[in-house]
Amino acid sequence: MSDIGAFEKLLASGQFAVTAELSPPDSADPEEVYSRARVFDGYVDAINATDGSGANCHMSSIAVCSLLERRGYTTVMQISCRDRNRLAIQGDVLGASALGISNVLCLSGDGVQAGDHPGAKPVFDLDCMSLIATLRGMRDESQFLSGRAISTPPRILIGAAANPFVPPFEYRVERLAKKISAGASFVQTQYCFDIVRLKEYMGRVRDRGLHEKCAILIGVGPLNSPRAARWMRDNVPGVHVPDHVIKRLEGAERPRLEGRRLCMEMIQQIREIEGVAGVHVMAYRQEEAIAEIIDASGVLDGRMPWNPAGQPDLPLQRAIL
Amino acid sequence: MYRVRRWSVRHARFFERMYEVFEDTLVHLDPLLSTLGYGRLERPVAAVESAVKGFLFDCKMCGQCVLSSTGMSCPMNCPKALRNGPCGGVRSNGNCEVLPEMRCVWVDAIDGSRRMRGGDAIQSVQVCIDNQFQGRSSWLHEVREKVRQRSGVQGVIT
Repeated sequence: MSDIGAFEKLLASGQFAVTAELSPPDSADPEEVYSRARVFDGYVDAINATDGSGANCHMSSIAVCSLLERRGYTTVMQISCRDRNRLAIQGDVLGASALGISNVLCLSGDGVQAGDHPGAKPVFDLDCMSLIATLRGMRDESQFLSGRAISTPPRILIGAAANPFVPPFEYRVERLAKKISAGASFVQTQYCFDIVRLKEYMGRVRDRGLHEKCAILIGVGPLNSPRAARWMRDNVPGVHVPDHVIKRLEGAERPRLEGRRLCMEMIQQIREIEGVAGVHVMAYRQEEAIAEIIDASGVLDGRMPWNPAGQPDLPLQRAIL
Repeated sequence: MYRVRRWSVRHARFFERMYEVFEDTLVHLDPLLSTLGYGRLERPVAAVESAVKGFLFDCKMCGQCVLSSTGMSCPMNCPKALRNGPCGGVRSNGNCEVLPEMRCVWVDAIDGSRRMRGGDAIQSVQVCIDNQFQGRSSWLHEVREKVRQRSGVQGVIT
């Protein structure tokens, strides 16, 4: 086990990072995990495995990450406070580190009402902030929350989520500062469809020098159709889709293609913003489009992230945008 | 009650001042409280605290009150029990993701903290809650902490 993970090294290098979200399967077949990861080969630096996202039940984040790490992928294990208490989470993090997982993302989690088991008991024993602080204590002080010693601490890079696009706007930067002081070294944001709001947020981030303490990756993703955009705005907690985006999709001859083009342009605009460390692509049910979008955006600058084939002559999915 | 608790947030500065005086008084009464016995006082004081704070703040008696750091908006009314700020699901009108009819308790908390003199405390990271304190008096706990700090006495207080 190396002291510093590949993802941490990349962020430290200052190169524009690309991460992508993998939706864990509703299946016990490991091949389903591998086939979902394969579409990212050569285009993303790390793969996030969600932890019951939208409060829907899927294969666990720790299992998905562990399977992927076995093949050499770099992963980000998402941890939601919704489903497990402090005992379970700390145990899982020790186990995750032992399995080779070196990046974790601390989340509060969507409420159970949003998912397929609205009758479940919401746990929320920790909140995302106390989760970050707890993991930092495990890593840096070699102790559990109880104060009991850990003989070999987990080697993890601690990340958090941020959402610059929902109220209370002025407080969102304060919240980022708080997460950094609790121990977060990177953040991945909610979907960005509003570049103006992002620029305002990043301006305030730079004023406080927060981008120098924490790598900020902006969430992006393609919208499939105007209908999908409206559905997302109305049903996915925390997603802000401005009207002009929906109008542009409505006016397009091929909305699906337009959605991808919009995503690519968004990535290019985000890249120009000072203080942004990379993008985090979330393309639920459109994962196969990610390679194409990233390729067309040119943000990798010809760089090829690690892939299992390992070699530059890997047939790349070429841009058709 | 929802309307009362939102009124309390709008008067956060008043409650801040009131609590300062109240706590100071209790700290001065420590010799008397000690004579009566903190253990014996626990139940009656907790009952009064629950009634008063229940009415004003919809207090859930977590036993580790952080109202002074949360703009007098009780974070235990958040369906996710978040004690460190709003989640990313706040609706565009400032209401809660889980309970669409309810104002996000953290949107209120930020408003309340801006009215308070010590409002910056909203930025301090709150450690996770100790569920063993559920139902116990936060007032008595705080007073004993203050007395202990002032006298510089180290040791476990039961």
